[in-house]
Amino acid sequence: MRNADERRGLEKERKRWEETTLKDALKVLPERRKEFLTTSSRTVKRLYTPLDIADKPSVDRLGAPGEFPFTRGIHPTMYRGRLWTMRMFAGYGSAEDTNERFKYLIAHGETGLSVAFDMPTLYGYDTDDAEAKGEFGTCGVAVSSLEDMKILFDGIDVGEVSTSMTINSPASVIWAMYLAMAEERGASWSTLRGTIQNDILKEYQAQKEWIFPPEPSMRLVVDTFEFGSAQVPQWNTISISGYHIREAGATAAQELAFTLANGMEYVRWGIDRGLAVDDFAPRLSFFFNAHNDLFEELAKYRAARRIWAREMRDTFGAKNPRSWLLRFHTQTAGVSLTAQQPEVNIVRTTVQALAAVLGGTQSLHTNAYDEAYQVPNEKAARIALRTQQILAHESGVANTVDPLGGSYFLEALTDELEEDAYRYFDRISGLGGVIPAIRKGFFQQEIANSAYRYQREIEDGERTIVGVNDFTVDEQSEVEPLRVSEASFRGQLERLRRIRRVRDAKKHARALDRLRAGCEGDENTMPLILDAVRAKATLGEICDVMREVFGVWEEPLLY
Amino acid sequence: MPKKIRVLIAKPGLDGHDRGAKVVARALRDAGMEVIYTGLRQTPEDIVEAAIQEDVDAIGLSSLSGAHMTLFPAVVQLLRKRKAGDIIVVAGGIIPEEDVPKLKKAGIRMVFGPGTPLREIVAFFEKAGKGA
Repeated sequence: MRNADERRGLEKERKRWEETTLKDALKVLPERRKEFLTTSSRTVKRLYTPLDIADKPSVDRLGAPGEFPFTRGIHPTMYRGRLWTMRMFAGYGSAEDTNERFKYLIAHGETGLSVAFDMPTLYGYDTDDAEAKGEFGTCGVAVSSLEDMKILFDGIDVGEVSTSMTINSPASVIWAMYLAMAEERGASWSTLRGTIQNDILKEYQAQKEWIFPPEPSMRLVVDTFEFGSAQVPQWNTISISGYHIREAGATAAQELAFTLANGMEYVRWGIDRGLAVDDFAPRLSFFFNAHNDLFEELAKYRAARRIWAREMRDTFGAKNPRSWLLRFHTQTAGVSLTAQQPEVNIVRTTVQALAAVLGGTQSLHTNAYDEAYQVPNEKAARIALRTQQILAHESGVANTVDPLGGSYFLEALTDELEEDAYRYFDRISGLGGVIPAIRKGFFQQEIANSAYRYQREIEDGERTIVGVNDFTVDEQSEVEPLRVSEASFRGQLERLRRIRRVRDAKKHARALDRLRAGCEGDENTMPLILDAVRAKATLGEICDVMREVFGVWEEPLLY
Repeated sequence: MPKKIRVLIAKPGLDGHDRGAKVVARALRDAGMEVIYTGLRQTPEDIVEAAIQEDVDAIGLSSLSGAHMTLFPAVVQLLRKRKAGDIIVVAGGIIPEEDVPKLKKAGIRMVFGPGTPLREIVAFFEKAGKGA
């Protein structure tokens, strides 16, 4: 806290500078534009000084690294102790195709796995379902059965590697397949490390891969919290994700606010189930986007840590400091990648990845330059991984903790984003909470409005996108195509037919009946899903049972 | 007053990426057209039914999941079968360059790739709606 005299002195000095040095300079060279905006259309001032953060007691707001409120990072030594996990999101075609890609990435220095599933899998359909037509393996790998899961991790030590799985509505089923696979291999559940995304709220808001209505979906999520804390203690049972909210068009402030509002909603549901907050909160993890605007992104991560720590300690009464930590994964912004001059995406991704690292991320995926066209080819994926390795080993940014902490601009922006988030929390409460706000289309409309404004800014030339609305060239882009093979598709269909033919039909039917009864009642569904998976029930069959009991979600239509 | 151009913006298949479709829907509406947005997870049958019911001049299909070669031509074929082949069908999304000629051959009038200016899309629909 600065005293009044000091503040008056700073103000006087600022005024003097504005009336002399600055005024003269502007006469000679006016500024390039009237207003300077961030990627999220936030106005940035010409200069930030101690006056912009003067009234804030810095100890309360910053703290030391590894201490409340963790603004400067969750660990006292950050990357000096251990680098972030380089975790490349990968998946296409069959389990065999993706297993090969995993091994390739591991051979090139990747330190954690991240599975991308195809559209049918994300919606809980088997590859041979009529709904899955044309979608096999295009956006990720198809996993319809325990058999597929076993092939996916063939030759990979699941007791050693940490595995993140981007799966939401059917998260408990896919997790059960992973656990059953590990069990068959003799890997103890207590040693397994990884994450299921399992964040259904942002599906309704942004990513739109939902199956069931909100209430039964939330029940399934809390079932995994409860099961995980007892049986798979090192597993992150959720990754509360702003990434997709941002990709769908949200601003940085909306991404921050909606993600944390969702996070607090999960905590409320866990507590309502009767779980002790400190029993599940340490296993909640987060996932943010890294968009183009370096400082705004950096401020977002720092604000997120501070808000979460405060809310967990003061609002939810968590006593265990591990419950206060906002641990997060970052992915660079897929939506920022251009189809025009695609190689330039490597540079964009580098700047975005830099923001994530300066912001203290725990793990990172860097997008490949060809992703405006397709799931990345091998070479593009390798360059993306190399980008992280350069930041880690050559750039020097990992040598010190929170290198930009104390920057007047960064601290002011962190405060601003935090204030914006609290304004949104109030609006969401005013609508009755997260789920009623989803039903009213609040998040969806906010996001669509931001997406439209962003596009208009590009159209009107207020925002320059290199290679798209300026610095264009007239040439055909050359990207080596990656195609899902017909043989993979046929192999997958054949595998499903064989599984259905040879399994013990009675055991299978019994397990699904038990699951149906469990879903109709209120017991924890995880053990029942595990039994169904062990009885060779497929993803689609299990989700069909749930669809029958829970019904399906119909989203409010708006644009 | 001339009749307003009516456009159906549709999301076929399981793809949940709706940012582009919504932005385009809004740009067309702002340009004075009547826009009907189907929402997600529509089958080709759903889309054709809606197009006929709503008596649209054109359909804009959006897909970013890679299922376009299966789903887009199916919409054109169904329209022809229902004697509504005069409805113009255009497409947008993540569509590899080499698929574009195949889609055009299958009756997709135009394919708008990533980065296409909205004014280009609006201009196309305006022209198409006037029977060009």
